[in-house]
Order: sequence, then structure tokens, then C-alpha cells
Amino acid sequence: MAAAGCLPWAVRASTTVRWLHIEQNSVVAAFYEAAARAFEAATPGVKVHPQFLENESFKRKLTTLLQSRDRPHVLYSWGGGALREQVRAGVIEDLTASLDQGGWRQQYSPISLLPYTVNGRIYGVPMLTSLVGFFYSKPLFAKAGVTAEAIRTWDDLLAAVRKLQSAGITPMVAGGADKWTLMFYWAFLALRLGGRAALELAMQGKTVDGFAGPSFVRAGELFRQLTDMRPFQPGFLAASYPQSAGQFGDGRGAMILMLDQLRTAMQSNAANKVGVPDADLGWFPFPTVPGGKGHADDTMGGMNGWLVTKGAPREAVAFLRFFLSPAWQRQAGESGWFIPVTPEARAALNKPLLQRMAEAVGRSPYHQLFLDQLLGPSAGAVLNDVAADLASQRLTPKAAADRVQDALRQTL
Amino acid sequence: MRAAYAPLWRNQAGWLLLVPAMLFFTLFVVLPMGEAAWYSLHRWNGFGDLTDFVGLRNFERLLAGADFRTAMLNNGLVIAVSLAVQLPLALLLALLLADATRANQAYRLLFFLPFVLADVAAGLIWRFLLDGDQGLPTLMGQPAPQWLADPVSARVCLLGVVVWKYFGFHMVLLIAALQSIDGSLYEAARMDAASRWRVFRRITLPQLAPTLRLCVFFSVLGALQLFDLVMPITQGGPSNSTHTLVSFLYQHGATRMDVGFGSAAGVLLFLLCLGFALGWQRWDRRRA
Repeated sequence: MAAAGCLPWAVRASTTVRWLHIEQNSVVAAFYEAAARAFEAATPGVKVHPQFLENESFKRKLTTLLQSRDRPHVLYSWGGGALREQVRAGVIEDLTASLDQGGWRQQYSPISLLPYTVNGRIYGVPMLTSLVGFFYSKPLFAKAGVTAEAIRTWDDLLAAVRKLQSAGITPMVAGGADKWTLMFYWAFLALRLGGRAALELAMQGKTVDGFAGPSFVRAGELFRQLTDMRPFQPGFLAASYPQSAGQFGDGRGAMILMLDQLRTAMQSNAANKVGVPDADLGWFPFPTVPGGKGHADDTMGGMNGWLVTKGAPREAVAFLRFFLSPAWQRQAGESGWFIPVTPEARAALNKPLLQRMAEAVGRSPYHQLFLDQLLGPSAGAVLNDVAADLASQRLTPKAAADRVQDALRQTL
Repeated sequence: MRAAYAPLWRNQAGWLLLVPAMLFFTLFVVLPMGEAAWYSLHRWNGFGDLTDFVGLRNFERLLAGADFRTAMLNNGLVIAVSLAVQLPLALLLALLLADATRANQAYRLLFFLPFVLADVAAGLIWRFLLDGDQGLPTLMGQPAPQWLADPVSARVCLLGVVVWKYFGFHMVLLIAALQSIDGSLYEAARMDAASRWRVFRRITLPQLAPTLRLCVFFSVLGALQLFDLVMPITQGGPSNSTHTLVSFLYQHGATRMDVGFGSAAGVLLFLLCLGFALGWQRWDRRRA
């Protein structure tokens, strides 16, 4: 009798959806896990198996992984250049038809789908908008007599650095072993100086000097102005991003230029597992550069989401539709784990800091995607290299800009 | 005529016995090397077919790049330190510990331990020990020096760990060689009242020469292939200043989806190793 009772379950073919993510915060990972279990409960016979790889390992393993038979079915992505190469290689599923079914596509603004669009087809679905800006510790700023609201231009920022230094406080924390954390400075300065036009034209190889042009050389010069003041914590070149998030949380420096997800990384890596408490944590946008062609409200960050790999079971797409539904995404917004892409879920944000950031994104006339992801794995890595070289004073601004342009030319 | 055929037949049997070994060697060594050489002539991101033939451009890019030259220099440094520091240290310890007393055996075991440890595990331990926030430098007072964040001191740290990791191996080789030296040679020298230095110069060192040459050979090839200590300790950083050829080709080839470029580095490394091995063998044979 017992065997007969089990039979329907045993007979039903079971499908497993392998879901690869990079979330290292245990609370958010538990949220993923809960979504997987809920989907399993709603669709009998389907198992969802979340798998975790740390950010850097993920990026390194991906090319090999995607060509293996055991590749994950649902995959974290930054869109942009890396996705273009994956699509060209034929390992990513075209989701255009799925998005057109049941009004799924209408949840997203056309801009948010842009990083996932290759040759007019959509290959991924965005989940979160990330935004780069300065987080700061209010007590440390107060101790040095620095007011964040007064930091509007690059010179204001340099002045704040000087003030913090004379108060005996390390002005900035960076995780320079993960070079992209330093790239944010150079890329954001380039955006402020050259604006959207300079970046887009350089990306497409439509200008003569591209990334070796004046805005980009100037970006390197301004970055060197900062790095010559040695604003970072000792040993920043050997610190990884997670380490640096913890160091900022431990009060080792007054500010950090990072994505909005810093909060969760800081909580995981700070000595006391809290870091700078919400009440003491401030945020201000990247300063402007007088005379720059960029709009003061332009933002930089990502539009991260999920891809489905070729040959994945149909249930993979169904799961994505389920997990990205407003019901689940609202939860993420309410808990302040990230800034959801869909307006409905974004409205659920209730932490003032995240609301401010979401407003900044909403106001932004142009959201520049992470330049290293946009440039693709090869030229993007060179960009990150030169940012670290500028920070460690190994490279001149001109040489840095030239190297990025050379690398891009190799891939065009 | 018959006599000439017999060895040929015997050779055929020999060839037959070689087949399994040759098969594996071809499959897992020759073919991949050939493949890498073929990749190195293409621009290829690791996906799909090779379509973009670029000739020797990957090699041009490689040799023009400052980071690759730094990696070559670092390999040179590892070789230099292996020969100038590690080997003399191993020899000294071998001389001190050659007699099989109980204490000596304990010391031998102790000095050999680093070699037994897995490279990556040892690397991770040193990464932790050298860390300026929580490792040994914090004992030197605050602010603690950040050895791994500075290109020069990071290199020194890496070289130190290499010496620490492998000197025991050379020491054991040399102890074995010392123990096989004919005791009567020393007896004769003692009768002639030769000084200790003279005994070392005229008996020990010449008798050790074949083993020393072997040590040099291992040191150089090991140095050229150094990878698994670099990755956990510095990952080639800060700012690509501590890469070796292999970590360079891994990070700049494999992880940047620039497989053609990485393969070019691999081919150069292969030629370097092959050139050294053949040259060394030739020189060795001529001496003998």
C-alpha cells in the first residue's frame, strides 16, 4: 500500500533546473533558496538547484562552464560585452518570444532591457539596477568636519580627502586586488568629462582616438590627482572587494566608492557582522567636474539579471518568470537587498538610503553600464588593469588611455 | 645479413611495447601542445570554431606588453634565487644533517615538511601569514607593513615562500647523494691529514656534482612552471607585478577569454623549457 502511494511521485519524470548565482550574503541567498522551494511546491516534478560561485571565480570559470554539458540553466549576468560573445558562441537562449508572452516584457522599461539585447533579440531578463556612488561613515565625516552635501565637484572631493587626512582619518577604502573597484573612479570621471557621447562613440570605435581621446586622458589625470594624495587604506592594492567592504564596515576609512549592494557585502565581511549601522551610513553621488560635458545626474552601474542557457529545460524560463514576478521582487525591495528593476517592486523600497539611490536612478538621463563589462572580457580586463596601475602610480594617464584603446582595437 | 635483421625484429617487439605509452603521450601531451600552437595563431575567445587567423600577431602583442616582460623577469628572479639561495641552503643543511643521528632525522623531517604540503594550501597559509591586517606584520607594530600590496616586497615574499617550499626537496636529494659517497675516500683523506675545506672541495663536491646538476635542472624547470604558489598568495598582483609566465597565461589568456593570446604565452613557455632541457642535456652529456 505504501509503495502504491509513493508511485505517482516515483514515476513522474523529474526535471532539475540548475541556477548559478554569485550572492554571498547568506540572507539574500536564503531568499533565493526560498524562491526555489516555492517554485518547486507550485510545479510538482521540478527541482530547482541553486549553486553559488564567488564573483571572481564565477567570471573566471564561465567560458569553460558554458561549453560543458553540465552547464547551469539559469545564470547571473551583467549583460553587455561578455553576453555578446556568449550569444555569438550560441550558448545562450533567445528569450524574446518568452518575454512577449503574457505581458512579461511590459514590466520592463526598454532601457533596462538594452544590456540584454543583441542584434534586436533579448537574451536575458534584468533583476536589479546597481548604482555606483560614495558611501560614507557619518561619524568619521563629522569628526573631520566634512559635510557630504558640500561635496559637489571633484575639487570638493579632494578637499574632503585633505581634511580627513589632517584629522588623522583614512579618507577612502578600496579593494584594489579586484581592480574593477578602482576602475569606477576612472570610468566615472570619463563619464563626467566626456558625457554619454564620448563613451558611446569610443565604444563603437567611431572616433579617431577613441579611449585615447582627451576626456579619457583627462580622467586619468584627475584620478592621479586623487591617488597622488594616497587617500586609500594601507595595503589597498592587496585587498579584495569583500575584504574592503569589511574594512569600511570596521571603520578603517571614511568612504568607499561602491555599488549600492555594499551594505550586504559589508555586513557579511565586517568583524562584528554589522559594519557601519544604517543610521551612521551616508551616501552621495559621484562629484561633477566643472566644464565636463556629462550631465550632473548621469549615473553609472549595472543592470544585472539572468540568462537561460541553450538546451535548458522549459522550466528554467518558467522559474525565471516566477522569481522575477512582482510578488518576489517586492520582498527584495522591502528588505533593501538591492534596487529592483521593475517600478512596482522598486516602490517597495523603504530604507531612506536606497530610496535616495533609486531616486538618483530615476532622475538619471543616462545610466552608464559598467565599462569593463561593456568592453567585454578582454578589453574590460585591460581597463581594470590600467585603473589599478594609475592608482599605484605605475602608469601615466596618457599611457593608460592608450592601452585601453589598443585593447579595444584588438577586439573590434 | 641475418645478423642485421635480428635486432630489427627485436626492435619491432620493442616498438609494440611502446605503443600504449606513446598513445597516452600523444593524446595528452603532443596533441594539446600542437593544439595550443595552432590556437596561438588565431584570435579566439574560447567559444566555437577558429576562424580568425592572425599569424604571429599574438606573439607581437605578447612581447610588446610590459606585464609579460615583468612576468619573464619574475621567472628569471625565481631561477636566480633558486640557484643562489635555495641550493646553497639545501647543500649546507644536507652537509649538517647527513649523519643519521636521531636529532638529524627529526630535523630532516621538519625541513622536508613544506615540500610535502600541497602548494595551494601552503600558499593560502602564507597569504594569511603575510597579510598586513591579520598576519605576521601586525607583530611589528601599527601601522603594520603591507608586504603584499607593494610590488617589490610582494616579490620578495613570493621568492621567500618558494625557497621555503622547495629547499627541503633539494636537501633530501643531496643527503641521499652524500650518503652514497664511498667512505674510503674520506678515510684516505683523513690519513693524508687533509683539511675539512680540502675534503669538501676535492671529495664531497665532485662526488655530489651529478646530483647538484639534477637539482639545478629541477630548480630551473620548476621556476619556469611556477604557478600554484602565485595564485593564492598574490594572484599576480599588485598591479600585475608578481605574475610568472604560467599565472600570466592563465589570467590573461584563460580568464580574459583571449585563448589565442594565452596560447602564444604557452608556446613561448614551452619553447623556453624545451630549449633549456635540450641545452642542459647536451651540456651534461658533453661533460660526461
